[in-house]
Amino acid sequence: MSGGLRAALAAGRFALTAELGPPRGADTEDFLHRARLLSGWVDAVNITDNQGARVRMSSLGGAVIAGRAGLSPVMQLTCRDRNRMALQSDLLAAGALGVPQVLLLTGDHPRFGDHPESRPVFDVDAVQAIGIARAMRDDGVLLSGEPLSANPGWLIGAVENPFAPPAGFRARRLAKKVAAGAEFVQTQYVFDVEPLRRWMAELVDLGVPPRCAVLPGVGPIRSLRMLEFLRTGVPGISVPPAVEKRLRGVLPGRVAEEGIRLCVETLQQLPDIPGVSGAHVMAFGFERGVPEILDRAGLGPVPCEPDRPVVVSGR
Amino acid sequence: METERFSWPRPFRPRIPGSGGYRSNRLLRRNAVWARLGALLERTPWGYRLFTATERVTKEQLFGCRMCGQCALPTTGYTCPMTCPKELRNGPCGGVSPTGMCEVHPSLRCVWVQAYERAEANGHTGDLDLLHHPADHREWGRSAWVNHWQGHETPPADPGPLLHRQLGVTPR
Ligand code: SF4
Repeated sequence: MSGGLRAALAAGRFALTAELGPPRGADTEDFLHRARLLSGWVDAVNITDNQGARVRMSSLGGAVIAGRAGLSPVMQLTCRDRNRMALQSDLLAAGALGVPQVLLLTGDHPRFGDHPESRPVFDVDAVQAIGIARAMRDDGVLLSGEPLSANPGWLIGAVENPFAPPAGFRARRLAKKVAAGAEFVQTQYVFDVEPLRRWMAELVDLGVPPRCAVLPGVGPIRSLRMLEFLRTGVPGISVPPAVEKRLRGVLPGRVAEEGIRLCVETLQQLPDIPGVSGAHVMAFGFERGVPEILDRAGLGPVPCEPDRPVVVSGR
Repeated sequence: METERFSWPRPFRPRIPGSGGYRSNRLLRRNAVWARLGALLERTPWGYRLFTATERVTKEQLFGCRMCGQCALPTTGYTCPMTCPKELRNGPCGGVSPTGMCEVHPSLRCVWVQAYERAEANGHTGDLDLLHHPADHREWGRSAWVNHWQGHETPPADPGPLLHRQLGVTPR
């Protein structure tokens, strides 16, 4: 088992994470199969939380199963499905079960999911949720001020979309999350490195990178259908025209390969950008392709580190 | 696309420029007179109701106010964050379209894109860095003005010291 994100960052290594969606069902066979494909190639896997507002096994369940399979899970928690009480109780459970990383995010609105008729919660926002988690871990208190019997020990993560407007506020908004307590951040898909560079320069200016590890998100576009879906079906993703042109410019049978090549090229540019600590690979349903992508980019597999208990730090 | 029956909050375009809001702030900021009025209103239920109704109508017309009772307007470029479908009080989500449209209502502009533009136009971008606490849902329907004058609200925290605080170089 790898030592997770904490060990990778502590070692100053280029950290690698990947996304892994829990099953829509009560079985684990396919999930474990996909988990095994990533095992050894990344430092941690993000267990998504009803991603795209579509119901799946809870991220806590997925994180525990992934942990048993030898992966270091990042348990995602959205503010869409939980009020401040549910957030805190899930965070405590994650602490008790030894989940080494938690990541707090606002979450997609149910309007796009499989239960558009549902009532979203949005009791607190991601910045507040991160602050709540930090207070639980470092100060040992709930939002109410009540003390915890033992503090959880997870690393706290956040997400950011560097490419969404208002452009002048995106870096500052991440700085708010870091001020609230985020220690690592994974970004929305990066298809164009130049705007990422500019955003990173702003972050360096704000003093974010030494306090918070930045892991830009990458992923292969494997078909023109997926390109259309990313362009129109997923909020907050912008596919630059140059990428679109390149994918449409090849023979239909070569789109998948071209998409992978694009992803590899992006990955190769990341280590040289000041402030970037790693990369986050999003390849939904294409976990088998992740080792190849990382290999071609000259990254991974991650070194094996001795198992480290990451459970509770009692007080 | 959406019908009016769809009842999630909808991004609202303020009906007055930000500068008007900032001027009103100078007028409505807490002082001894307003504190006295607030105390008086809290003691007279009918007066409080009348006052709250006036606040509701005014702010609803100008800012799409939903009466959360803990007004963020002075720190958000006079754009109401509670008209964001996710009611985000600390900035926009990641779903804003490249053209600045809302993820939930693609025909309407994101309130935080508007907030940023309005704050910037008035030299108030620094306000957007403030850390807003989770909303107190017991205050819905109550007068945010009276709450402000009476000190019943938790003011947003200045992240300055937080940002510059040694959070501990990652990982802790
Ligand atoms: S009181 Fe609340 S709902 Fe009304 S304008 Fe202010 S922030 Fe918006």
